[in-house]
Amino acid sequence: MSKQGNKSAYTFRLVVVITGVVASALVLLWRGVDLHVFNKDFLQNQGDARYLRVLPVAAHRGMVRDRQGEPLAISTPVDSVWVQPEDFIDAHDQWTHLASILGMKVSHLQQLVLPRKDKEFVYIKRHIAPDLAKKVMALNIPGVSLQREYHRYYPTGEVTAHVLGFTNVDDIGQEGIELAYNDWLQGTSGSQRVLKDRLGRVVKHIELLSEPNPGQDLLLSIDRRLQYLTYRELKRAVLKHKARSGSAVVLDAKSGEVLAMVNQPSYNPNNRGQLRSSAYRNRAVTDVFEPGSTVKPLTVAAALASGKYKEKTLINTTPGTFRVGRHTIRDIRNYGMISVSKVLQKSSNIGASKMALALSEDRLWNGYSKVGFGESTGSGFPGEASGVFTRSRNWREIERATLAYGYGLSVTPLQLARAYTVFATDGRLLPVSFQKTDEVVTGEQVIKTSISKSVRGMLETVIEKEGTGSKAAVPGYRVAGKTGTMKKASAGGYSDDRYISVFAGMVPASDPRLVMVVMVNEPSSDVYYGGEVAAPVFSKVMAGALRLMDIPPDNIDEQKIHMAVLNNMGVRP
Amino acid sequence: MAMQQSQIMDAPQSRVRRSRFPKLHIDWALFIALLLLAGVGLFVLYSAGDKSMELVSRQGMRVLIAFLVMIAIAQFSPYSIQFWSPMLFGLGLLLLFAVLLMGEIGKGAQRWLDLGFVTFQPSEIMKLAVPMMLAWYLADAPLPPSKGRLTIAALALIIPTLMVAKQPDLGTSLLIASSGVFVLILAGLSWRFMGTVLILIAASTPVVWNYLLHDYQRQRVLTFINPGIDPLGAGYHINQSTIAIGSGGLYGKGWLNGTQSHLDFLPERSTDFVFAVFSEEFGFLGILILLSLYAFIITRGLIIAMQAQSTFGRLIAGSITLTFFVYVFVNIGMVSGILPVVGVPLPLVSYGGTSIVTLMAGFGILMSIQTHRKLMAN
Repeated sequence: MSKQGNKSAYTFRLVVVITGVVASALVLLWRGVDLHVFNKDFLQNQGDARYLRVLPVAAHRGMVRDRQGEPLAISTPVDSVWVQPEDFIDAHDQWTHLASILGMKVSHLQQLVLPRKDKEFVYIKRHIAPDLAKKVMALNIPGVSLQREYHRYYPTGEVTAHVLGFTNVDDIGQEGIELAYNDWLQGTSGSQRVLKDRLGRVVKHIELLSEPNPGQDLLLSIDRRLQYLTYRELKRAVLKHKARSGSAVVLDAKSGEVLAMVNQPSYNPNNRGQLRSSAYRNRAVTDVFEPGSTVKPLTVAAALASGKYKEKTLINTTPGTFRVGRHTIRDIRNYGMISVSKVLQKSSNIGASKMALALSEDRLWNGYSKVGFGESTGSGFPGEASGVFTRSRNWREIERATLAYGYGLSVTPLQLARAYTVFATDGRLLPVSFQKTDEVVTGEQVIKTSISKSVRGMLETVIEKEGTGSKAAVPGYRVAGKTGTMKKASAGGYSDDRYISVFAGMVPASDPRLVMVVMVNEPSSDVYYGGEVAAPVFSKVMAGALRLMDIPPDNIDEQKIHMAVLNNMGVRP
Repeated sequence: MAMQQSQIMDAPQSRVRRSRFPKLHIDWALFIALLLLAGVGLFVLYSAGDKSMELVSRQGMRVLIAFLVMIAIAQFSPYSIQFWSPMLFGLGLLLLFAVLLMGEIGKGAQRWLDLGFVTFQPSEIMKLAVPMMLAWYLADAPLPPSKGRLTIAALALIIPTLMVAKQPDLGTSLLIASSGVFVLILAGLSWRFMGTVLILIAASTPVVWNYLLHDYQRQRVLTFINPGIDPLGAGYHINQSTIAIGSGGLYGKGWLNGTQSHLDFLPERSTDFVFAVFSEEFGFLGILILLSLYAFIITRGLIIAMQAQSTFGRLIAGSITLTFFVYVFVNIGMVSGILPVVGVPLPLVSYGGTSIVTLMAGFGILMSIQTHRKLMAN
């Protein structure tokens, strides 16, 4: 009986305990419902916040190509190493491995990471080769991740450095074409959602939120072959004459496209480590100089347009000096009575001055300003200079006289080349462009066709044996051009030992296809005349360019060819 | 009267003899439920352990050993189990002393005893030895026990509990304490006495807080009260696991697809926090199924306890079953953030060796009590 009572007491107690158990179980169940149903969204978001990340997807930057489609700037995929400082600092015992693989000092790592403890993203090393990146990830250091980026590579290196410019480490254009056409080339980076683990490593790519929009390719007007040729010859001349710098521009005389543009000294855009930013300047566009005698054809054109002068009109340059007010204008020697044509051929300052002074101020002014002096060429090149060409209210005689032979104004090599298109196109000023164009470019008629042709004819005499530019001659072709040798402006006047040597010209003179300006700054050897320093560069580049472009000769002496052929065959006449 | 009884009992007896394993004492309902649970455990472990077959097979071996231990124990009669209880308790006490001594020498937490060929936690023995000892002692005299007997029983409970707590192993000492307390309650502890003790416990909380708890234990409780205090430090476990559970939603993210767990955010995910992995991947429905399985086992245990024919059997079966519930409740409670973090594994699902053997030994005792029932009546 007592046992029975025992058992029912036990059962009663068990029931009490079971009640407790069931109550506790209900609490658990309620918590489950609470977490799964009521807090689900919040907790799922919390979970997502822990491992879902939106990362940018770098867009491939468009390629820059030359007019034949050859690549000038290419983006190659590279990896950048970045860390999440919090986890990375915890793993500092592995820093030496990472530093040695990346070729860094541990102290450098510390400098990078320790001051940015509270950040979430710190770059350690940008743009490393993919197989090096693999080694880094193999270390499996907490907090270390990679980011795919693109590195810009310039196969033509220093030859195209100034025209193309470069991009910074974020692949954004900083100079040159890369800057000017950045929006076109860059594209827009996309974004992706990724899974990251507790150590911040990307574990899984989940979805692409927005597609990266790759940049578009850019077709430049540059001809890589002409660019090489021009670069080589300019560099040779600059070295030979120990010049400070030099620039050369080759324009297509039909379209105004820039076929080649080089500067010296240049730099390697693929390795710009210790370079000063001054070296980045595309001097052919950004730097101005006084064009000197190369503007005399414009003076002559203005004189012809006035009707006061004809090609054969004689001008007295005796005795080789000419006083204007308190100033004296000099020729190299006394040329005596010479025709307008001879003024160009001999580059007589007195002749040019007398013509300029005989013209109305407006006519003289227009003659220069309508070829684009004092205004940008509109090429769109970053940092392009407009040059200086201004007219004061009372234009003094001496100012007009010196303007006639190229002092008192300044232009860029590109501006000068563009001005010469007027004589290459029968009077039309062409727009210049760095982009390849297939349209027919007409340009603006700024001087009469007849005058343009006439001046071009006179410019051909400059290349003759007795002209100043004889060394610009190209065998088999008629060349028209003009030399220039300017004293450099210095403090308080003009220097007597620092010169700029220029040659501006076009080929073939019968129907010009190419316009070229060569400018060598401060040749320091004894030879400094434009005809000696710049003209040979023009000759060599044009000879090559005409051959490369397959332009038929317009100055064939049948006899000479015959002799040359026989000579080649080893037959002595 | 005796004849009548034996005639009644004859029929089922002969039916047992005709079955395939006539001599095997196994409670099949319990056996199958436990097998299912262990299966679920291995299944989740494969995911929680990052698809490590090695981990799963190691745990599989342990499960196998634990089941063999259970079956072996079930073959003993409750009488012999009762007989050996004081000896087991004495051995456990001895080993606990050894562990404490070695802990003194080793200057640090010491829970493990290295016997050369195997290391194990003597505190695990106490999980069974303490309720067995209490049941053995209290069943010796009529219930409800006298005050004197109660005092002795309380000492037999408190001493090992404190020794384990000193190791320090809060989770295990909690389980030992509750297993003993269940025996006391079931044995007929007066309600008034229990009320007094509860009040005393509440009153002594400041003392316990200030003098008995370790810093990390205090930290856990503080964190439990407000997990936001230190979300990256002490509160990290709880934050991560509640996120894992909640983000499972109704149906879960699917097996092997849990993000919290697979991306390393969830700590201890194959051991104490395996429930978080389970709920993230199988969702609320999964939890319901898992809890039903546990509920079935507990119900079955309680039925066995109620049907037990000896006082010892009733007490020990009730205690084992209720302690099993405490395991489940404390583990799920802590993982889901309604209880402070104490090291209690999710029975049969968490990865770990000794605890599963102890658990299954307990179920062995339950089976012994259930399957030797009719024989005892003879």
